[in-house]
This record gives sequence, structure tokens and C-alpha cells, in this order.
Amino acid sequence: MPDAPGLELIRGEIEQDHPNAVLDTSFDRGQPSLVVDPAQILAVLTWLREAPGQEYRFLSSLHAADYLPSTPRFGVHYELLNRDRVERLRVKAMLAEPSSGDLPTIDSCVELFPTAEFQEREVFDFFGIVFRGHPNLTRILMPEDYVGWPQRRDFPVGGEPVTFTYNERNYG
Amino acid sequence: MRERQLRARDMLRGDLEGEELERYVEERVVMTNFEKMLGWARANSCFPLTFGLACCAIEAPISLVTARYDLARFGAEALRASPRQADMIILSGRVSIKMAPVVRRLYDQMLEPKWAISMGACSSSGGMFSNYAVVQGADKFMPIDLHIPGCPPRPEAVLYGFTKLQRRIMGNPDQGWRQRYEAAGTEEWARGGPRSEPSAAEAEAYERTRELIRA
Repeated sequence: MPDAPGLELIRGEIEQDHPNAVLDTSFDRGQPSLVVDPAQILAVLTWLREAPGQEYRFLSSLHAADYLPSTPRFGVHYELLNRDRVERLRVKAMLAEPSSGDLPTIDSCVELFPTAEFQEREVFDFFGIVFRGHPNLTRILMPEDYVGWPQRRDFPVGGEPVTFTYNERNYG
Repeated sequence: MRERQLRARDMLRGDLEGEELERYVEERVVMTNFEKMLGWARANSCFPLTFGLACCAIEAPISLVTARYDLARFGAEALRASPRQADMIILSGRVSIKMAPVVRRLYDQMLEPKWAISMGACSSSGGMFSNYAVVQGADKFMPIDLHIPGCPPRPEAVLYGFTKLQRRIMGNPDQGWRQRYEAAGTEEWARGGPRSEPSAAEAEAYERTRELIRA
């Protein structure tokens, strides 16, 4: 696990090859993470995978989160792992929601990490984040004809109220 | 014992006559009607579909057939892996909206007569999963004969429910506490749906049930 100075060193090395790619770093609860410009996410991931001394060759998880009140709204998180040194590194790409009503887009990293194929489909399924260059970006868990992105924070939870007499009398 | 054996031998030889023959027939023949016999046979050879949806599947189709609970005592030990051979389906777990068409298709592929048990809170009402992904009660898309409450129900509860289903298959459904407190027909109907009132046929069926219980 890179410590806080180690994280800054990684940031500096990335900056040499890709200026302005890393927007921020954070080291919280012993977990290092890089906040990366989404336009350069593939360049950074490739660098972290290939650069000598880094070699984070294993993508242990790819997921997203919706930070609704704050902007940019969506975060796509890449959990990288070096299995020789057993070091983990989190890369975040924060995506703003386009004002035109389109879906937010980011480059797909399936070419780099084949395991990302299903996980990017899952992120697309639940958050409506489009991964450019994904071989088959369709819904994976919800039915194919489902409308909406259910894990977004502004999506209604769903379900239905229980029709007990008590509920009917007090809330009906 | 010996005497009965001798009498049976005499009957086969054709030596029994008159009052003796009458007594022999009375002892050995049970009179019933065909419907009752058919219901008895169906209730005691009810093959469940090998089908698990979620955690309830550990309780129902898996542990029920083990030696500890032994569904074979009730004639339902032959789990069938094909809906064509099954008489009963146990919905053991929450039905997600993606799974609902699959479950419905399995139910449609089963041959008549067929029965469905909704096991546990999730398949009966959605349970704790009151959200976008789970069907709020399996009877929204298929007819359910019996609901077993619990999260999950103990295997004993499922066995109890299964014996209730057997009573129903035999044409003698239990009314449970409603019968004990003479409360049949006081069921609350789900409101707010497209069918907020019972249909005429359903109302009539309930009236008939009440009459039967009073009698």
C-alpha cells in the first residue's frame, strides 16, 4: 500500500508523462486514491499498469457512486491491485452530468482489463454511465426493456405501501 | 389372524356365502367416491419442482428432503427437475422482476392439476425488499394456493403448510383460525389495485365457504 508521500510520488510521476491528468489525491483510512481527469483515465490506467515500479496489473473492482448534491455528480472508481507487492490503489474519475440531458460518458478500459466488461455493463445498468468503446454495452442485471437508472439517487426506491387498515386510516 | 386368513382362503375358493360373504366384504372394502379417491392419490403423490429462488431454498427444497425433516413422509419426496413432471412449485425466495417471466413460464409449463406455494415473506409480499427490483408479491403474476409466512419459515412450517395444501388438494381446505373464531369471509382485500373489490364469483365462493363452515 503506498503511503501518503508515496501517493504524491506516484502523482508526480504521472504528471511528468501526462500533465494535468491527476486532479487530486486523498489518503484516508490508509487507503490511497487518485482523482483523475476522466478524459485521461485510459492514459493514467495504462501508465499505472505498465510503468516499471508500478505495475498495477489487476483490476479488482470497477464500480460507480452517485454523489448527488455535490458536483461533479458521478464517480467511477477503479480499484487496482499489484499482486506481487499486494498493494492497492484507487483511481476515481468524477463525471459531471451533461446539461443537455445526455448520459455521462467515459472511455472503456476493457482493452486494458478484460474483467471490466461485465462490471462496466453493471455500472451502465444502474447508473447510466456510457463507456465508450465497450464491446457490448447492454443491461446486465435489470431486464433489457427496463427504463431508468435505478441506483441513481434521484431514482425512486419503488415498492408499494402495505395495505393494512391502519395505514389506510392514517395515511390513505 | 389365522381365522381371517382362512376366511380369505375360503373366499378365493368361492366357499363363502350369504352372511359370511357380507361380513367379509364389509371388513375389507372401503366405500368412497371417485373424486375423493383421486384427491387422496394426488395429495399423497405431489411432486415438487426442484426450484430455488433465494435463501428460502435452503430451508424448503434442500433441507426438507433430508432425513431430519423427510418430506417423503407426505409423499412429496420425488423432486422433479422438469416442470412437465411436477405437480407443485414452491416459490422459495424473492422474485425479481427479471425472474418473474421465468417463474411464470415454469408455472405455465406444469401440467394440470398444479399447485403453487409461496414460501416466506419475500415471495408473498416482497418482504423487506420494497424496491424497484423485486415483485411485490408473487400472486401479481401467477395464482398462489398457499402462503407460508416467515423469514425464512422453519422447515416444520413448510411441512405444516404442505399438509394444509394436501387438505386443499383433497377438497377440504382448512380455514385455520378463521374457522375457530367463526371469522371466515372477513378477509381484507388489497386496496388500490385494479381489482379493489372482489369479483362476483369470488364473493360467491367466500359465501359458500362460510356456509360450509357454519353447517
